[in-house]
Amino acid sequence: MFQNIGEIALLFGRTLKALPQTRRQFRKVLEQLFEIGNASLLMACVLSLFIGGVLALQTGPVMSERGLQSFIGQIVGLSLCRELAPVMMAVLIAGRVGSAMAAEIGSMKVYQELDALQTMNINPIHYLVLPRMLAISLGLPLLVIFAILVGWVGGALVCVFNAQIAVSFDGYMKSLGNGIDVLDVVNGLIKSFAFAVVIGTVSCHQGLATIGGPRGIGRSVTKAVVNSIVLILLLDYVLTRLLMHLDK
Amino acid sequence: MSDEAPQGVRLEVRRLTKSYNGQPVLHGLDFAVERGEVFVIMGPSGSGKTVLLKHLIGLETPDEGDILIEGEPAGSPGVMERYRMAMVFQSGALLNSLNVGENVGLYLTEHRLKPPAEIARVVAEKLELLGLKGTEEKLPGELSGGMKKRVAIARALVIEPQLIFYDEPTSELDPLIAVTIGQEILRLNHRMRVTSIVVTHDRDLAFGIANRIALLHEGRILAIGTPDAVQADPNPLVQQFLKADFRFNPETSTP
Repeated sequence: MFQNIGEIALLFGRTLKALPQTRRQFRKVLEQLFEIGNASLLMACVLSLFIGGVLALQTGPVMSERGLQSFIGQIVGLSLCRELAPVMMAVLIAGRVGSAMAAEIGSMKVYQELDALQTMNINPIHYLVLPRMLAISLGLPLLVIFAILVGWVGGALVCVFNAQIAVSFDGYMKSLGNGIDVLDVVNGLIKSFAFAVVIGTVSCHQGLATIGGPRGIGRSVTKAVVNSIVLILLLDYVLTRLLMHLDK
Repeated sequence: MSDEAPQGVRLEVRRLTKSYNGQPVLHGLDFAVERGEVFVIMGPSGSGKTVLLKHLIGLETPDEGDILIEGEPAGSPGVMERYRMAMVFQSGALLNSLNVGENVGLYLTEHRLKPPAEIARVVAEKLELLGLKGTEEKLPGELSGGMKKRVAIARALVIEPQLIFYDEPTSELDPLIAVTIGQEILRLNHRMRVTSIVVTHDRDLAFGIANRIALLHEGRILAIGTPDAVQADPNPLVQQFLKADFRFNPETSTP
């Protein structure tokens, strides 16, 4: 993976340089955005509902025992905003959308469709990479907002219906409201934007670097997903430190 | 779409050399293709035909040597914009996510050269020219090999090329469709006066359409000239390639 970092950075630079082409590629950005949302919304809903629920289930009884029920909403809310929603959604999107990007571009490379574009003087970065990068950079933060909200609901449901926790819906929401600041949500959105750029760049790079036949495409898809997840987790630590520093 | 047919361009290759991982593939090739000529590059598999073609269209960079279009190096700024070139790939290389109409009109759409209604008219005209009227909505996966090749030719024609490259245009086609494709190449060459460079190992196609033929073997040109001149070339390798046939000969076959 690390031997390709230079190429990945170069692709990212070229994509940034192509940004003035955004208006021309607007229809493709919308198509990609639809693909991302349509493919992932239900999965994101189920995933975040259960993450919120499990968080409440893990922390709730212990905190209730110690009379700290009023902090459960805050803990669930903060964990979701700052960490779990951005990371889990990024992992989901890397598997669901990053793999599709690598497979589609990879198969276009193998079957000479990229060569055909070049002979028509159509830049594959403008035509393929830019719309995908823009769509994922917009789509993932939106999905994270959705996941945070659904996750909060998941936590509330467990708090209300679990006898060991026994926190009312109003109590949970009050704790959530007291403990969560807009900056916490912004923190998560910054992370998710950075993760989206990583997934888009790594997946498109793997697609463009595909060689061989169907086996090569399979290899590219695997590399795209694995490398994206590894980079997401590394970047998560760096961003957490950086954002904590900025919070002070 | 201008009514005036495009004029072909002259292409010259000088000392073109290419190696991959230290393995030489092209050894200092020198030849020129004149305006409006149908020039066929022939040779057995692995002789370097496709690598040469990729250099000519700008998909590969030579280690040494030059490719000149109307005397200007092909890689210099603005040449690809000034001289219109198109390529018909062996597989057709149609974009599988687009339908036939979108594939054929892709160049015009992406470069915003015409309004959508005009693009649709040009696409319909080119498809009709190649006997594919009414196939605009079909996806490439729904087409036969011959239809894909013809769609690829239609896509190339939309560019109004001055130089058109064909990579193995008759491979995987039955003889009747192969003849149709060969006739299309000649018809377009005659109608639009483009320069055509055809890479093939199909001897019937080469001798049927070429003004001149170059025979490539292990990255070197063994023979170059008119079909008659190549046919009369005394080089045993040339004769071996031209005269190879399927008939069983017990005297030459190995046990």
